[in-house]
Amino acid sequence: MKIVVLVKQVPDTWGARRLNLDTGWLDRGGSEAVIDEIDERALEAALAYQDSNDAEVVALTMGPDSAKDMLRKSLAMGADSAVHILDSRLAGADLAWTARVIAAALTKLGYDLVIAGNESTDGRGGVLPALVAEHLGVPLASYLDSVAITADSIAGERSTELGTMSVRAPLPAVISVTERTAEARFPNFKGILRAKKKPVTVWSLDDLGADAAASPVRSVVLATSERPARSAGTQIVDDGTAGVELAEFLAARHLI
Amino acid sequence: MSNVLVLIETAPDGSVGASAAMLLGAASRLGTPVAVLAAAPGSAAALAESLGSLGAERVYLAETDSVSSLLLTPQVAALAAAFTALEPSAILVANSIDGREAGARLAVRVGAGLLVDAVDVRAEADRIVASHSVFGGSYTVESTVEGGPVVITVRQGAMDGRAEAKVAVVESITLDIDATGSTVIESMRPLPAASDRPDLRGAATVVSGGRGLQSKEKFVLVEQLADALGAAVGASRAAVDAGYVPQTSQVGQTGVTVSPQLYIALGISGAIQHRAGMQTAKTIVAINTDADAPIFEIADFGIVGDVFTVVPQLIDAIGKRSGTS
Ligand SMILES: Cc1cc2nc3c(=O)[nH]c(=O)nc-3n(C[C@H](O)[C@H](O)[C@H](O)COP(=O)(O)OP(=O)(O)OC[C@H]3O[C@@H](n4cnc5c(N)ncnc54)[C@H](O)[C@@H]3O)c2cc1C
Repeated sequence: MKIVVLVKQVPDTWGARRLNLDTGWLDRGGSEAVIDEIDERALEAALAYQDSNDAEVVALTMGPDSAKDMLRKSLAMGADSAVHILDSRLAGADLAWTARVIAAALTKLGYDLVIAGNESTDGRGGVLPALVAEHLGVPLASYLDSVAITADSIAGERSTELGTMSVRAPLPAVISVTERTAEARFPNFKGILRAKKKPVTVWSLDDLGADAAASPVRSVVLATSERPARSAGTQIVDDGTAGVELAEFLAARHLI
Repeated sequence: MSNVLVLIETAPDGSVGASAAMLLGAASRLGTPVAVLAAAPGSAAALAESLGSLGAERVYLAETDSVSSLLLTPQVAALAAAFTALEPSAILVANSIDGREAGARLAVRVGAGLLVDAVDVRAEADRIVASHSVFGGSYTVESTVEGGPVVITVRQGAMDGRAEAKVAVVESITLDIDATGSTVIESMRPLPAASDRPDLRGAATVVSGGRGLQSKEKFVLVEQLADALGAAVGASRAAVDAGYVPQTSQVGQTGVTVSPQLYIALGISGAIQHRAGMQTAKTIVAINTDADAPIFEIADFGIVGDVFTVVPQLIDAIGKRSGTS
């Protein structure tokens, strides 16, 4: 079984994340660039299957040159190889174009199962797996809280705002996992050493052909503005009357 | 005026979903609101009436048994059929899990553009502009789509405007569904019937609890304060991971984003990922035993104290003010 895991470099949520106010694009000088936590879980789902089955795991990303560090981490965790779609023309690509490019790369690469995180921590779109599945014309089982992979199907629990359903799809398929799935393993020393020898293939747009071309319908950022940061207000230490004082504060603001 | 399609999600009992009123309200600002839905056979009449009362001028309805067995495939097929027939300028879906997925699949299928997680939409001369609140509300970004129609996912609870009631014209359509390429729903367990509490998204007041609540049993304190205030209940990821509350209550980076008039954080440290989901609240109150907890950096009123002594006193004081105890 060939499992391709979609991974993305994002600004670390622990730091101050910034947008460039002129372009509306991510300011890469802001927070440190890391592999998105949710994509580590996606990779974990693939590696957990590989632990006891015959499977090839490939990490695939589209991103700037710096994304190669994150691919190394994926290899150190246990992926067998990595594919990096790298092309300066893709800077600022919208979701629609990104999905076309990734779908074209998946077609070129071949796959039985594609695993993605449900939603990136920077874009928070939560739509890329669906866009990719529709391009590929394969079933989509998204937002899975648990994943059971068999030789010819994938099943899992999918929770929405309305309830929890058990879903199943035949392979090939695209799935996405939530943060309720297992936490990712840490790369060990042996893994880090072996990662250095594993292959990373770099593809440009030209390698992906016409299917990866931008579509004539595109989204455009018109304006970006920053909201002033919040500051702290009153802080009191409870001396036995804080509950009453809070009620007075809320009443003064007409909140009760 | 151009047609604007709205994907209507239905609740497990078959009734119109919570986001329909907001979406039809938003659509009425952009053009002629057309409700599109796939629903179980026999539900047409009742649904059409409620959708009209929420402002739908037309209802495009596909009645099919497959809604309960094929994951979103009927909904996408219904949207695609309506798209071909009505040539809309925009398609609005909720930024719910199902809404975004159906919207994304439709965008690829019909070659439309896609804007996600809009908190506002407006029509400008010859284009539709969406506003987005990015990085936990630190930035506001406005965007549009050039070159074709647009699918917009709208954040639930973000827009207040409602459309005038209409008597909707219903068009029934038959779908040609190819089940082979679809994920199958094997079973569904609906969430326990919604409580009387307001929905977390869009609630005016939210009371959230964190790991400081210590156990599922003790988390009841959060619910008691919420009920005293008529508020929705939220939680930190640590509280969800510990099993105090279901995931749907999680506020933050990877949970729900709320922007209420009042947000009360109980036993929550205020990690940056939690703040990303609530820092645009009008007034923030925090109660935490640790004077250095980062939540105090953004709190309008912070109490260094034990939630198990401060909150019961607060509930009591609220009761006295409203004269109910
Ligand atoms: C990619 C990513 C995404 C994340 N997404 C989210 C998210 O969406 N939402 C989210 O919340 N977190 C998220 N987190 C996790 C976040 O980093 C924190 O771990 C989490 O918010 C901590 O929850 P907490 O404040 O309840 O727990 P803790 O940090 O353990 O804080 C508990 C607090 O309770 C206080 N306390 C203890 N006892 C009492 C008492 N008796 N009275 C009063 N106070 C008391 C303590 O002083 C402490 O400050 C994410 C993390 C990552 C890496």
